[in-house]
Amino acid sequence: MAATPASPATGGDDRRLAELRALIASHKRWDLAFAGVGILCLAFGVAAFVALFLEMAIDGFPRLSWDFFTSFPSRRAGSAGILSAWVGSLLVMLVTALAAVPLGVGAGVYLEEYAPRNWVTDVIEINVTNLAGVPSIVYGLLALGLFVYQFGLGQSILTAGLTLALLILPVVIVATREAIRAIPIAIREGAYALGATKWQTTSDHIVPYAMPGILTGVIIGLARAIGETAPIITIGALTFIAFLPPSPVGTDFPFLNFEWLTSPFTVMPIQMFNWTSRPEEAFQLNAAAAGLVLVVMTLAMNALAIWLRYRLRKNIKW
Amino acid sequence: MGRVDPDRLNYKFSRNLKERFIEGVLFLAALVSVLTTLGIVFILVWESVTFFRQVPVWSFLTDTMWTPLFSEPRYGILPLLAGTLVTSAVALAVAIPVGTVIAIYLSEFAPFAVREVAKPFLELLGGVPTIIYGYFALLFITPLLQSIWPDLPGFTMLSAGLAMGIMIIPYVSSVAEDAMRAVPMSLREGSYAMGATRFQTATRVVTPAAISGIAAAYILGISRAVGETMIVAVAAGMQPNLTFNPAEPAATITAYIVQVALGDLPHGSIGYQTIFAAGLMLFLLTLGFNVLGHWMRRRYREAY
Repeated sequence: MAATPASPATGGDDRRLAELRALIASHKRWDLAFAGVGILCLAFGVAAFVALFLEMAIDGFPRLSWDFFTSFPSRRAGSAGILSAWVGSLLVMLVTALAAVPLGVGAGVYLEEYAPRNWVTDVIEINVTNLAGVPSIVYGLLALGLFVYQFGLGQSILTAGLTLALLILPVVIVATREAIRAIPIAIREGAYALGATKWQTTSDHIVPYAMPGILTGVIIGLARAIGETAPIITIGALTFIAFLPPSPVGTDFPFLNFEWLTSPFTVMPIQMFNWTSRPEEAFQLNAAAAGLVLVVMTLAMNALAIWLRYRLRKNIKW
Repeated sequence: MGRVDPDRLNYKFSRNLKERFIEGVLFLAALVSVLTTLGIVFILVWESVTFFRQVPVWSFLTDTMWTPLFSEPRYGILPLLAGTLVTSAVALAVAIPVGTVIAIYLSEFAPFAVREVAKPFLELLGGVPTIIYGYFALLFITPLLQSIWPDLPGFTMLSAGLAMGIMIIPYVSSVAEDAMRAVPMSLREGSYAMGATRFQTATRVVTPAAISGIAAAYILGISRAVGETMIVAVAAGMQPNLTFNPAEPAATITAYIVQVALGDLPHGSIGYQTIFAAGLMLFLLTLGFNVLGHWMRRRYREAY
């Protein structure tokens, strides 16, 4: 600042300047320190995840073979497999998806497009929020009291599928509502201007445009359902199942049968829990292998959902 | 002019009928969630009422022994409650500090690329089934702790709590971060214009402005910890034990329900009813936390 009139350069100004610089430097050190702590915390999360995955992969990977997927559980750890578990998981997920998707999407569409502003709607909305916070084991108790004993459905695939459907219903509803809310009002106005009814607008425009968002929610919900153990244990699912439910597809007319719905079953997480809680190390290796399969399944589903969402965010510009 | 084709009127009538019908069906779908809540409350209260006819509520809440399957049964919920409390406290001692720091870092400090990678990664961490964390606690964390501290028993609340804490980090960090990102940019710009650093802006401007959302994130975390089942059932043991020492094994409310469900109790026996009484306790606890979180978010929401 050569233009300023030469101030009497005293030692006091220099000192104040030095103090100021020191203050700024110390504040910047705080910034740096916090950034370091932040990275450390993130690294802790990453390290925990890597440790969890590696621990299971190292123990379980040697057990993974074709036989492991095609054998029933056994008293001998070496010849035990997860056939009944993954078939059970698949069938339960089928029931869950068939029940949760129509109910969840229907409820989401109703709340966004149809619901009048009144206390009934308020009750439904608060209720969905609260249901999302109910521990999963409480759903198990509901299913035990209601489905198993009141409705007499027994400890069947149908009971388990419906229980998990109720559990993931809030996830599907919230995803549907968010996807619908992102659609601009002009789309609806355009449809109404052409004389479409509310349902025509909804079924021809709103739901198809919201589909990727809904799909993301459904996948995340199913990924959660496939790993849920507590509610299924609570309804009293058996842990040792050495047979398969009757096949849903038959060779005779009408090629479909529904006996499998009432069949006893086991699922992947229960099989893993069973093996984990045994003291013999050989069974714990089986647990690691089953866990590895389970974690790869859920991670793949979650990754698919995340990828869908990212693609969605990039592509859609209204 | 003026004459309306009767066919058109009929068409309109059937069209309206169909619209009404569809609206009704969609309303029923929305009603299922309300029916679920009513079902939960009804079943828990119904079975608990028969339980409380035999066991006075007062002794249920104050007795210090929980031995419903013994020949001389005692029905005091306190040991299970203590187990739930200790494991949750350990979990929160991990999840709240780490989750908060991650939220502040991702929202205020992290470069765009780090955030884009870290957020989905944390989401994945939150999507891992809890039985996997249970396995991890029992066969990785416990041996690790035993190598430092050889006296530690094979089942311990400490290791279950730590695994639970890791599980809850993503829930806390993502809700807290959303709350911080919702703070308008102008507040940050104002703070920077006054010469504040990033750290000062983050701790003195953004965090106070987002405090309701952050509190809601903590309460969500508490509610998760209280209701978590498989981790504690696998790693903390299934023996009711009235203690506040996290190194000891103890059963939680949820672990007790699992233990009973694994056995073969006849429907209608008092042992069968105990799990509904325990479940009612659990439901009321988590409901209390959820309502508190909801209320806090409303009460302290700053309007911009």
